[in-house]
Amino acid sequence: MRAWLQHHGLSLALTLARLARSPFATTLNVLAIGVAAALPFGVYCVLSNFESLSRNASVDPQLSVFLARDAAKPEVAAVEARLKGARGVSAVRFVSREAALVELNRVAGMQEVIASLPQNPLPDAFVVTLSGSDPALADRLELEFKSLSKVAYVQADSAWVRRLDALLRLGRTAVVLLSALLGLALVAVTFNTIRLQILTQRDEIELCRLIGATHAYIRRPYFYLGSLLGLFGGIAALVIVLSGLTVLNRDLADLAYLYGSTVSLRFPSPNEMISALLAAVALGWLGAYLSVSRHLLETDRD
Amino acid sequence: MTGRVAIISLRQVSKRYPGGFEALRLVSFTVEPGEMLFLTGHSGAGKTTLLKLIAAIERANGGAVLVNGQNLSALRPAAIPYLRRNLGLVFQGQKLLFDRSVFDNVMLPLIVTGQPYREAARRARAALDKVGLLQREKANPVALSGGEQQRLCVARAVVNRPAILLADEPTASLDAAYADEIMEMFTAFNQVGVTVLVATHDRQLIGKYRKRVLTLDHGKLLQ
Repeated sequence: MRAWLQHHGLSLALTLARLARSPFATTLNVLAIGVAAALPFGVYCVLSNFESLSRNASVDPQLSVFLARDAAKPEVAAVEARLKGARGVSAVRFVSREAALVELNRVAGMQEVIASLPQNPLPDAFVVTLSGSDPALADRLELEFKSLSKVAYVQADSAWVRRLDALLRLGRTAVVLLSALLGLALVAVTFNTIRLQILTQRDEIELCRLIGATHAYIRRPYFYLGSLLGLFGGIAALVIVLSGLTVLNRDLADLAYLYGSTVSLRFPSPNEMISALLAAVALGWLGAYLSVSRHLLETDRD
Repeated sequence: MTGRVAIISLRQVSKRYPGGFEALRLVSFTVEPGEMLFLTGHSGAGKTTLLKLIAAIERANGGAVLVNGQNLSALRPAAIPYLRRNLGLVFQGQKLLFDRSVFDNVMLPLIVTGQPYREAARRARAALDKVGLLQREKANPVALSGGEQQRLCVARAVVNRPAILLADEPTASLDAAYADEIMEMFTAFNQVGVTVLVATHDRQLIGKYRKRVLTLDHGKLLQ
């Protein structure tokens, strides 16, 4: 057991020493892995920001119900009663055509337009707040309200949220595809790096096998090499993504200031960062496993 | 035949290489524990192939090779390393590693088999002492003479205290004095109970020792 631990320590030390002996090649390898891992991780980070945005926005889905211009007071009251009585509605707010006009007047540049109009073009409207953010509920209520008499038009204010949701689903699929492709690239990079290392040490490997080394013994240093490459590559990817987010946030702060708000991209959580590192280590390990196994198979006795 | 169990036993062993070359044909013999014997024959007679079969480096096409009572053709690949730990091999091409010291070359079999470092270092130095290389332990094998390199190979082969020592042309590139040195070492190991099988084409060398001789001729064992 002690000898086994000693060999693990020895393998790790030897591997680190080998990496340090060729710093240029090591740096390039680590960078290649880092860039390959940074792309999907970076896209994931930006995407998860939009996701939290869409989650916050869809908490309070609303329907705007516009009435026909000729709707009389009793008819308006009847519609209001039906709206309030519908299942899945949490609040109904009446916006009279006069109030809507006043509100519109506040918007910059609209005063002259409104002044030039002979009469108020706006209809009476209700803003209906739904009790849940289920798109099916919004669809059902939209249809139900459309069929009420004197209702001219129902607008689902959550439509843009749902469009964003669909876009995000597309983005998530893209991240999965990107991760799979670049994960493959990561395995390929470590596979080749390890293969090169194996070829420079093939005499030693052959000798070790002749004097009774098990496959596990032969594989061990290369597992360390692959995992370390993955780890360093993963760290490089994190550095790339974090500095990228920092730069983006600076520009975003300027942009948000112009719109009078403060928006910033959220940094990945420690959990997400550790998961990304572990994934890189696992892929490096896999590349090493495939590489050594292939060599052992090639050189196995006939 | 005595009643003792053979440590190496070949029964009707044949080996054909891809391409049809028949290196060994129906070879049978047994070696008893503690025996020392020579394997001889012309170049290409099958000496190296025979040693490779015993060390499970190659697999026989027919017949049975038994080492320590284990049938090698029935051996799982995962069991082969443990078989080889009982064997000391002196290879024709030496196979020394020139990226490390004399001492580290001898340490390798001990590290491969998982000996604790301190105990391994003690045994490596003892083996180097036995072949007269203890003073050179820090040197690179490149700096050694041909005879010294061969002695280093012997030290590496015996450091794990194997039951069987297989040597393939251990004196091929050495002059007579060095060759005698190596053979004296083999005899000494044999005297402490190691089974020694030496493949050589040097008939003069064989003549100096009164040991059993197996002669191969075009893959067949002459009786």
